[in-house]
Amino acid sequence: MNFFQSLASQSFLQHAVLAGLLASIGCGMMGTYVVVKRIGFLAGGIAHAVLGGMGIAYFFGANPLGGAIIAAIIAAMLIGLVNLHWRENEDTIIAALWSVGMAIGVIFISKTPGYNVDLMSYLFGNILMVDRQSLLIMAVLDCILVITVLAFYKYFMVVCFDEEFARLRGIRMEFYYLLLLCLVALTVVLLIQIVGLILVIALLVLPAAIAQQFAHSLQRIIVIATVLGMLFTFFGLAISYEPDLPAGATIILLAGSSYLVTLLGTGFFRRRS
Amino acid sequence: MSENIITLENVSFTYGKIPVLDNVSLTVQRGEFMGVVGPNGGGKSTLLKIILGLLKPQQGRVSVLGKSPEKGRKAIGYVPQYTTFKREFPITVEETVLLGLLGKTKPWFGYSAAELALAQQAMREAQIIDLQARQLGTLSGGQFQRVLIARSLVADPEIIILDEPTANIDLRVEENIFDLLKKLNERATIIVVSHDVGFISEYVNRVACLNKTLVCHETSAISGDMIEAIYGEPVHMIKHIH
Repeated sequence: MNFFQSLASQSFLQHAVLAGLLASIGCGMMGTYVVVKRIGFLAGGIAHAVLGGMGIAYFFGANPLGGAIIAAIIAAMLIGLVNLHWRENEDTIIAALWSVGMAIGVIFISKTPGYNVDLMSYLFGNILMVDRQSLLIMAVLDCILVITVLAFYKYFMVVCFDEEFARLRGIRMEFYYLLLLCLVALTVVLLIQIVGLILVIALLVLPAAIAQQFAHSLQRIIVIATVLGMLFTFFGLAISYEPDLPAGATIILLAGSSYLVTLLGTGFFRRRS
Repeated sequence: MSENIITLENVSFTYGKIPVLDNVSLTVQRGEFMGVVGPNGGGKSTLLKIILGLLKPQQGRVSVLGKSPEKGRKAIGYVPQYTTFKREFPITVEETVLLGLLGKTKPWFGYSAAELALAQQAMREAQIIDLQARQLGTLSGGQFQRVLIARSLVADPEIIILDEPTANIDLRVEENIFDLLKKLNERATIIVVSHDVGFISEYVNRVACLNKTLVCHETSAISGDMIEAIYGEPVHMIKHIH
């Protein structure tokens, strides 16, 4: 049975497609902020530290997604405060948090009784295993992201564009910067379902990086990046289905090669014109 | 016309152990067009940042419109030195100008018709209305400077403060910008920092010369002796021909 036939009949595949679409909303929106503010490394730190929270939740038999959300928010706040107040050591502290979070996760998962099949799915995602409850959590996270971004659209824009000016106009920049990082953290959790925490940064950054080459306003980049995210997750899933490739890795390769093509393409046309 | 709009009393500021401003007292009156000149490192930008409440002086008192700088600065339109910007940021001229309404406008997505009209008016005044859909990174230095001026105008400021508005643009454009400022001075107090002593003296009605202390503070035209006093050495003053 090919992908499209299976899609019509198999509910796990319908869930997977739906999960990809839901994840793309967050990834298009927050990925755009990560790209224009150039905080990819920072987002990477948050993503990897999340394993700590997932491991602890897993050990205590709680929902790992809940642990992931808590760990992501804590990591985002820590990294954000480091960025605001200890900028000299930012690199080192993020790198440390990155690995220490993962180490905590690995230890807790290894001490959890039973068969540790889940570790791989946390690291590399398992879009085919997304259940109804996870879909619901993803939809709620998307709603939080969309509402918050629309509600503070101007402030988030100026956090990325011109902090000093915003501060002069009486806006509490530190607060909105930390809030933005928390939203990035929630997006990371959203995307871990799809591609796992190792690959999450690529899915967060690549659609927006491609969109940025074609659009010159924030809202257009967000829309284009969201659509691209949907295309990548859908077709990545479709391509991976028949040869039984890992879906997350296929999605990332599709996104990565598209980025490369647009990068070479725009460079080529720019040189000709 | 004698209302003190900005007052600095015995203000001193040090970065670490390096003194930048030493016991500076200065008042600016409503309607003035004041130039601040002095050598690099003489404390010009520091003085502006103290007036704007971005830096706190270790000694002395500052008031803006009778309030603390943090409160008074809402009535100030500020045009920074543009080198602090990421110009490739995905934002159009119109969106940049609209950001000048921050603090007055609501934080959520979108602007009201009245707010859009204010931006149109500011862009018309700064003569960048034809550029409104352009992305910031595609503008020339002079055009970009006008965008920053329009952004400072849109909230109808009582005071406009400009930090080296003509540092990186050619003379022709520099004259245009100062002509624009002269027009704006009809309704707002203007303070402009410049390295170009000879040039601004034709536009401003008072010059504050800053080199750690306030060396001079004159309404009359600048003389060669004064420049020597500021910079510590004779400087060839070039008269610009109009």
